[in-house]
Amino acid sequence: MRPVGADTPLKVDIAEKTFRSAQGLPVAAIRGLSFEVPQGEFACMLGPSGCGKTTTVRILLGLDREFTGTFQLPTPSEGRVAAAFQEPTLLPWRTLEQNVRLALPHERRDRDLEGLFESLGLTAMRSLYPSELSLGLARRAALARAFAVDPAILFLDEPFVSLDERTAQRLRHLLLAIWSGKPTTALMVTHNLREALMLSDRIIVLSSRPARTLGTFFVRLPRSRRSPQAMNDLERSFHAEFPEMA
Amino acid sequence: MNSRQVVEQGGGTVPARRLRQRILASPAFMALISLAGLCVLWQVAATVWPSRTFPPPTAVWQALRVEAASGALAFNLSVTLMRVVAAYLLAMTIGSAIGIALGTHRRADRFFDPWVVLFINIPALVVIVLAYVWFGLNEAAAVCAVAVNKIPNVVVTMREGARALDPRYMEMARVYRFSALDRLHHILLPQLQPYFAAASRSGIALIWKIVLVVELLGRPNGVGFQIHLHFQLFDVAAILAYTLAFVAVMLLVEFVLVQPVERHATRWRRHPA
Repeated sequence: MRPVGADTPLKVDIAEKTFRSAQGLPVAAIRGLSFEVPQGEFACMLGPSGCGKTTTVRILLGLDREFTGTFQLPTPSEGRVAAAFQEPTLLPWRTLEQNVRLALPHERRDRDLEGLFESLGLTAMRSLYPSELSLGLARRAALARAFAVDPAILFLDEPFVSLDERTAQRLRHLLLAIWSGKPTTALMVTHNLREALMLSDRIIVLSSRPARTLGTFFVRLPRSRRSPQAMNDLERSFHAEFPEMA
Repeated sequence: MNSRQVVEQGGGTVPARRLRQRILASPAFMALISLAGLCVLWQVAATVWPSRTFPPPTAVWQALRVEAASGALAFNLSVTLMRVVAAYLLAMTIGSAIGIALGTHRRADRFFDPWVVLFINIPALVVIVLAYVWFGLNEAAAVCAVAVNKIPNVVVTMREGARALDPRYMEMARVYRFSALDRLHHILLPQLQPYFAAASRSGIALIWKIVLVVELLGRPNGVGFQIHLHFQLFDVAAILAYTLAFVAVMLLVEFVLVQPVERHATRWRRHPA
């Protein structure tokens, strides 16, 4: 039983978003950004640092309403939205488990989260406070919170940034394992091409500021077959298609 | 004498020796020794310079027992304590509401800031006198006068707290659709707690001192009234008896109420990574 409209894609068409600089001058952050993510696909927004990716996510999350354009989230009326920010943004005064459960609607607060904690390796840390967690663990907790709500759409804003590469890679595998268990429409922001190639079905390529869509790169190879060799090939064909991203 | 015997008997075994060391090193024991030293000094001074206006601790103790036996001590202490509690609750509630509102609305803050500065600089005595003149010598006027004295301080502290709120937590709450009550309980209050604790702590100290003045000027009972009464009789022992009794009550409030509540509210801070 799928809720009505569960098959609607994520549709984004942001004409313009400008900020006021400290001197009061308008600075364009986004100009002509449009893309679509079909239901159940994992998409990455790839672009240089500071090009307006985070701004886009903030607009889609409803945290920034001053822009021109439109967007449509999957199942706009009833589906919940989940997000993992660049910072884990856990409440320091609540335990890890309380942080995860607080994101749930009241009637589902005491649902069974055993399996989720287990798969993220958080079972032993459930009663710890965020100040007792390493950054990697805090990021995992933020992922647990995002998946716990069974979202209609999942936003991930550079969730693996400033982790050492080994930890980041382990977290990417964890993310893929959980996501594959229940494919959710997901939009992840990254400036790391290999990360995007490893995780996504499609890569939305953005220009430098002001951000606009340069095009979409489809990764049709199944994730299980993205070996290091295949990733190198994908990287080469990506650069052939988007030479300006080198 | 009794406790010394116990310590000496147990001095031979290792755990008992360790216990003794721990008692000797504890801050409570130090405080006790320190206060006992003060009493001895006081007694010596009162013996060297005997005067009716400088009674020794034994005379104060005697006065305390007389007041306690008649029931006057308990009655007056409880009356004053009730006024302290009422004024504290009133000041914290109104002050917090105004402070949070000003801290989160910059325009309102700019308009009302001169008012806050004005009120913070009005002497307590003026507020009390005006309250009695305008509203009569009654309980409500007394409690409100004390609360009005404290409210500007609470406003300033809570406004600081509201300005320091981290917007990221509120954004997270918006994304995950926290209810209004959840936002208050899990996002706002925990962030404001240190400011609330600071306002609370300085509030209790200030309020109970002002309550005594209010009682002195216009109430027929309470510790302040008793001090006024015994001042007219030049009975310094009774004045000191009431003062020390009330200080003891306020210390008790601090140790059994304020500190445990604070420890509970900040339990998450005591775990460094």
